[in-house]
Amino acid sequence: MSIGLGAVADTAVRTEDLRRFFENTRAVDGVDLDVKTGEIYGFLGPNGAGKSTLVHVLCTLLLPTSGRAEVAGFDVAHDPVDVRLRIGVALQEASLDPAQSGIELLRLQGRLYGLTKEEVEERLKDLTRLIDIGPALGHRIKTYSGGMRRRLDLAAALVHNPQVLFLDEPTTGLDPASRVRVWDEVRRLNAEGITIFLTTQYLEEADALAHRVGIINEGHLIKEGTPTDLKRALGSDVIIARVEDGAERACNAVREVAGVDQVDVHGDELTVRALDGSAVLSPVAIALDGCGVRVRDLTLREPTLDDVFLELTGGHIQQEGTSDNGDA
Amino acid sequence: MTTATLDHAPVRARPAGFLADCIGIATRSIRAVPREIEFVVPALVVPVFFYTINIGALGPLAEANTGLDFKAFQLPVAIIFAVTGLSRASALVTDIQNGYFDRLLMTPIRRLSLLLGLMMADLVLITTLSIPVVIMGFIVGVRFETGPLGVLIFILMAGLWGLAFTGFPYAIALKTGNPAAVNTSFILFFPFAFLTTSFLPLDNLSGWLQTIARWNPVTYLLASMRSLLYGGWDFYDIGVGLLAIAIVGTVSMTLAFSALRGRLKRG
Repeated sequence: MSIGLGAVADTAVRTEDLRRFFENTRAVDGVDLDVKTGEIYGFLGPNGAGKSTLVHVLCTLLLPTSGRAEVAGFDVAHDPVDVRLRIGVALQEASLDPAQSGIELLRLQGRLYGLTKEEVEERLKDLTRLIDIGPALGHRIKTYSGGMRRRLDLAAALVHNPQVLFLDEPTTGLDPASRVRVWDEVRRLNAEGITIFLTTQYLEEADALAHRVGIINEGHLIKEGTPTDLKRALGSDVIIARVEDGAERACNAVREVAGVDQVDVHGDELTVRALDGSAVLSPVAIALDGCGVRVRDLTLREPTLDDVFLELTGGHIQQEGTSDNGDA
Repeated sequence: MTTATLDHAPVRARPAGFLADCIGIATRSIRAVPREIEFVVPALVVPVFFYTINIGALGPLAEANTGLDFKAFQLPVAIIFAVTGLSRASALVTDIQNGYFDRLLMTPIRRLSLLLGLMMADLVLITTLSIPVVIMGFIVGVRFETGPLGVLIFILMAGLWGLAFTGFPYAIALKTGNPAAVNTSFILFFPFAFLTTSFLPLDNLSGWLQTIARWNPVTYLLASMRSLLYGGWDFYDIGVGLLAIAIVGTVSMTLAFSALRGRLKRG
């Protein structure tokens, strides 16, 4: 199969019943994806859901156990070199050689993609402006901060003008300001025509960046759609009540409130669904007060992707000890 | 980050070619050496130390009993000490551990060049590090009966031997991805370097040591290198020395490339 190096396939990433098993783990278990060229596709799921394994298969680092995967029109198992020529990858941990300087690393990367000396230097001019590392680009990578490493990693992924860019949790461990800068960069690269396949465990990130989101849990793609459609499909507002004790008692009391559709308890947190959240907020507060449960906070909000995940799996995407602020 | 944008039009990725891949990897590896001075120092200090001790302590005794020019007899041993086990295998392990090896695997680089590039760099380094040892020999009065060409072949044989031996640490590096395991490959150096004619000619070795030395390829390597020093051109000895290098190289490279194949298995 060949579509020519310059040609661009309509579908950037396609998988059919893709499975990747390790000894006792079904890391990816029957995933079907169809990511269109030019999309930002957000792949959302908790730690260990199978996101990184899927990216490793799509980037030709792992073979599928069964099923098919194509990237930029080429089969990852049979045409790995054709795939590699068309993809850029920034994995979860910045994969850099600390003994080289940033500029040395980028030059070598360019040479390995067959770029001429002139092409490499031309490209470096663009990339150095883009990543804004300044004179530190000539310093050893071991002296770089986490943010600088991430940006250099991104530049290394872009040296050869890839058609599809894989970003595996690109903002994990970054402070909020750095995250926003990465988001701006992702949008800009996409505007320039690069298809972006982004894995993340941050709901806010998927919501802010992705044209479409796939939600993965325990190796299965459990839902796919635009963030708006996924949230709208829940069809209700969400009230979150955090209580100090007696969550079950509080749950029973809130269930009796007229207009409440559903109540779920997770630890000390009640998630209350209601078609008109603002109308039932006061009755819910009264019911909680009436059952003698002390309420720490009560919040009314629109549904988030985490609510979608909760609805689908009964659990939250983010692990304990992490927050959506980038703290891990 | 600034608001700079990327110009996508002119650049098209393409395979760089096998030689370009090897040179890219080798250049990166050679460039790293001066930044890791701890890598070079033992290769310079160990042979000087042993050479000085051996000719100082054993020289008069050996010369009295065997009639050898012990300074010349010991020079190939110093070279073997300098170059055996010298490789960038520990740097390869670091690449595996920090994910840079995966970054290389995601480029269109030919897989063989990941190892051959490192070995090209090793050959350059080994040959370069042999030169100070030869100069040390000249300083203490050692001369080559075979002249300047003999010196060149002497250094080339040292380089080929060092290269042949690199397969072992690379095999361990690729198999384990563990720096401690790579360091243990140094243990292999001892039987090769000591259970041989390092201190006395084969005929002067006793019983079991002579038997082992007869099977040790380094014995024949030392014999061929010594022939360049004080035996004149002996093509038989040189041929046998090269054959010994080839045998060790075949074993070590088979191990290294099968370990590379195992590491690259995507299944």
